[in-house]
Amino acid sequence: MGKVSKSPWLLHYDASSCNGCDIEVLDCLTPKYDIERFGIINTGDPFQADILLITGGVNSQTERVVKQLYSQMPEPKVVVAVGICACTGGVFKECYNIRGGIDTVIPVDVYVPGCAARPEAIIDGVVKALAVLDEKQAVMKTPEEKER
Amino acid sequence: MAKRSIVPFGPQHPVLPEPIHLDLVLEDETVVGAVPSIGYVHRGLETLVKKKDFKQYVYIAERICGICSCGHGLGYCMAVENVMGIDVPERAQYLRVIWVEMSRIHSHLLWLGLLADALGFESLFMESWRVREKILDMFDETTGGRIIHSVNQVGGVQKDMDSSMLKHLLETIKDIERDIKPLVDTFLKDYTVQSRLKGTGILKKDDAILLGAVGPMLRASGVEYDVRMLGYGAYKNLSMEPVTCTDGDSYGRCVVRIKELFQSFDLIREAIGKIPEGDIHVPVKGNPSGEYFLRIEQPRGEAIYYVKGNGTKFLDRFRLRTPTTSNIPPLVETLKGCQLADVPVLILTIDPCISCTER
Repeated sequence: MGKVSKSPWLLHYDASSCNGCDIEVLDCLTPKYDIERFGIINTGDPFQADILLITGGVNSQTERVVKQLYSQMPEPKVVVAVGICACTGGVFKECYNIRGGIDTVIPVDVYVPGCAARPEAIIDGVVKALAVLDEKQAVMKTPEEKER
Repeated sequence: MAKRSIVPFGPQHPVLPEPIHLDLVLEDETVVGAVPSIGYVHRGLETLVKKKDFKQYVYIAERICGICSCGHGLGYCMAVENVMGIDVPERAQYLRVIWVEMSRIHSHLLWLGLLADALGFESLFMESWRVREKILDMFDETTGGRIIHSVNQVGGVQKDMDSSMLKHLLETIKDIERDIKPLVDTFLKDYTVQSRLKGTGILKKDDAILLGAVGPMLRASGVEYDVRMLGYGAYKNLSMEPVTCTDGDSYGRCVVRIKELFQSFDLIREAIGKIPEGDIHVPVKGNPSGEYFLRIEQPRGEAIYYVKGNGTKFLDRFRLRTPTTSNIPPLVETLKGCQLADVPVLILTIDPCISCTER
């Protein structure tokens, strides 16, 4: 990871997880792990967020909420699937009300495995997401902006 | 009469780590009614008993909820053990109590932090969660997991704690007790915190009983009821009195949870003092046949487990009534008449655990 070009804001949504990953996501913000040292702030507002952290598999109720949150975020945006349920469905894969991972609904850029995902792994995933965000930003630049 | 308007609250909201939706009926700034709707985290875990055998299902039971994971594993295992007539070794029962009380400490510290966050008291939130890290590190050391521990199994526990671990646990508890004293003073004596908590969301004793409140919500209204008094597992050998408070408001619920933290410290100390040597699990033969109802006290209140076996390795039915489910009607009652700005705090004071509620 090189220089971080932006202080990205983070939006967290629980698509249907057991809570384990959610409290670990919040844990990343607190003094021991302190994700704010990368300039990252947890926001509740999708219109201001750059990174969407989603935990848990998707069910029919949360599907439209996830799609709506994703569409409300401005470009460029990155989606991080936190925990094995968000990646593939995990232990809940055989449940009748689970569609599977987040990638069945919206495109996912970074997968963070684990049950529950450890804060170190989540931070690693978010740092990887920063690199993806930079790439996406570079693609969006107009020729004039690139010359500058 | 002022004009009525309906404000949607959730499912995605900054104060909620989990999705719950409420339609708030407002007259100006005053809430006159609230209609909760749930179903955002429903996975259908109870039906998984038909796909996973009764020993594998312990892992699913622990994933009903990440915060009360240890308690759900314990409740399920105890229900199955009662169906099968298994006598769990004494040492395993004590170890279970130690881990469940540790998860109560972790859950209550988490709640205190979230409450501070809902009040907008950021530094208090950070401090509470900093102290909570110590108990998570202790979980990591004794079980290998921070949130999901997987220590319970049908017939006992999977891991033992040796004497050095127990000694370290005692030291950690002493550290935590020292660290939370200033936090407790802030929660209970700070003017700003008091002005947000005192007198809001009052639930009278009669209403609490009528609406079926459980756990700290019930005890804060002055009812002495704690399932641990029944003496399941090793609790029969430990001394405890239910913590109560007669205020019935948000402040009372905060007081009850803080006192329960200290109660948990004492219970762990007593359990470590009395823990006998011996096996930690017994071999399990055969399959469960018959049914059983069981109640245990989770950090959020009374949880009821029902298990029905049919003699095969797959259970017929598993049913769970979680504390948050029974605390939602009292919540709707306390929301009536409050100000819109108090709604997030009042929702938090029941300590909602949506993934338990919806399973």
